[in-house]
Amino acid sequence: MKDKMFKYITMLTAILSVVFLFGIIISIFTEGFSVFSKYGFFNFLFGTSWHPTHEPAEMGIFGLIVSSIVVTIGALIVALPLGVGSAIYLSEIANPKLREILKPFIELLASIPSVIYGLFGMAFLAPFIRKVFNLPIGLNAFSASIILGIMVIPIISSISEDAFSSVSKHLKEASYALGANKIETIFRVIFPSAKSGVLTGVLLGFGRAIGETMVVLMVAGGSTAMFKNIFQPVRPMTYAIAAEMGETVVGGMHYSALFGIAIILFIITFISNLLMQMIINKGSN
Amino acid sequence: MVKNLLITENLNLWFGEDHILKDISINIPEKKVNAIIGPSGCGKSTLLRCFNRMNDLSGARIKGNIVLGGKDIYKEKIDVYDLRMKVGMVFQKPNPFPKSIYENVAFGLKIKGIRNKNLINEKVEQSLKNVWLWDEVKDRLHKNAFDLSGGQQQRMCMARAFAVGPEILLLDEPTSALDPKSTNKIEELIVELKKKITILIVTHNIAQAGRISDFTTFLYLGKLIEFGKTEEIFTVPRDSRTEQYLTGKFG
Repeated sequence: MKDKMFKYITMLTAILSVVFLFGIIISIFTEGFSVFSKYGFFNFLFGTSWHPTHEPAEMGIFGLIVSSIVVTIGALIVALPLGVGSAIYLSEIANPKLREILKPFIELLASIPSVIYGLFGMAFLAPFIRKVFNLPIGLNAFSASIILGIMVIPIISSISEDAFSSVSKHLKEASYALGANKIETIFRVIFPSAKSGVLTGVLLGFGRAIGETMVVLMVAGGSTAMFKNIFQPVRPMTYAIAAEMGETVVGGMHYSALFGIAIILFIITFISNLLMQMIINKGSN
Repeated sequence: MVKNLLITENLNLWFGEDHILKDISINIPEKKVNAIIGPSGCGKSTLLRCFNRMNDLSGARIKGNIVLGGKDIYKEKIDVYDLRMKVGMVFQKPNPFPKSIYENVAFGLKIKGIRNKNLINEKVEQSLKNVWLWDEVKDRLHKNAFDLSGGQQQRMCMARAFAVGPEILLLDEPTSALDPKSTNKIEELIVELKKKITILIVTHNIAQAGRISDFTTFLYLGKLIEFGKTEEIFTVPRDSRTEQYLTGKFG
């Protein structure tokens, strides 16, 4: 009897997650739908002008999408070499003692709340970037990319490290026995065997960066102008949703447009998750 | 008169505090099949791994000399990567790289810095022919090596070692993970290969040592108990421990 009750209670908790997921999906799709029907899906998606409070309102989110992608790719450019490099060092080169010291530090980087990253970016990095590149404003896509990149390092690093460490000892031995040195073994054997793991880390980092809100809200600058160069303030999708939601009229077109952005964001992260699952499944075969 | 290609003199090896190999002095004759036998944990694999300095990777400490073709391979001037090309090794479990058959066999050549495609093609073909694998794989050289059977994988690993032109092939229980048929084929191959190359094989299979080797080394608890012609060791062992091991009294 008790066993049965326990079974149903745990089953209920499992089902609840599914309920939450579909609840969220259904609500953003119903709220966002009216902007699609009024402006047309493609006009909404590819319109280059975002002036939701003008009269008449302009609701093209292409600039927001581009901004999101720019800071996310920028973040990956920062995080990929640093994350993979540190993973190679930790798993293949560092002696075990040093690894035990270094690893917690990299993991600690992942536990810092994003608002602290934002604070650091706003108060220290942005003024520094402004001075170094002689810019009118330091809160821009470049600064946001760097801060997001630092946030993504531990994700890429820890997943890549797991992937490198799980490369079989027998393969490494085979490589050394054929006269390969450490660098050749890392690049010709370990890295190719672990590349699906690294790719998983990159996709996870992509999802983290494109969905990150607080950092971009504090560091990206917020300009709705179409993206032209990396040193310009930008407004990524998450920025728009978080900053503008408070000013909208519930049920109004701007309100619905923000849900429309949320739908697009959801689809992007959904696809990157799907890709990741495909890579993981392929890797395990 | 057989020429000795590889000589060890008072070889001692430690992993940390563990004294694994004790005062081993043997001569390995050229172009023969040399078996190293002994019960588990006697140090036979460790001895084998001394000859291509694979034990360096696990932080072994070594005293004594190992002389290959007149040169001490533990002197500092020796290029250990070069040594490992001269002394090829095949492991207990087939360990192909997750690459194509062709890329596996060409691996060492590329490490060597050979870029000439025709030369690589030629060496890959020849190495695969050496291990009787060419006819089985020539139509699917660019397929993944994991598609091969266990026995084929192991022969491919031998071809991979062959490609860089070794003088010695070290085989560390090469058939222990294989079925009897594949084992048979590899045993025949080993006997054929000694025309070209010196072979050292570690095996826990006494009958296998008896079938294919010309010389046998018997190790027990890290010590060399007996070394000599296989037929002599198997018929009139000088040491009672050798006799006991060969007749299955322990092992």
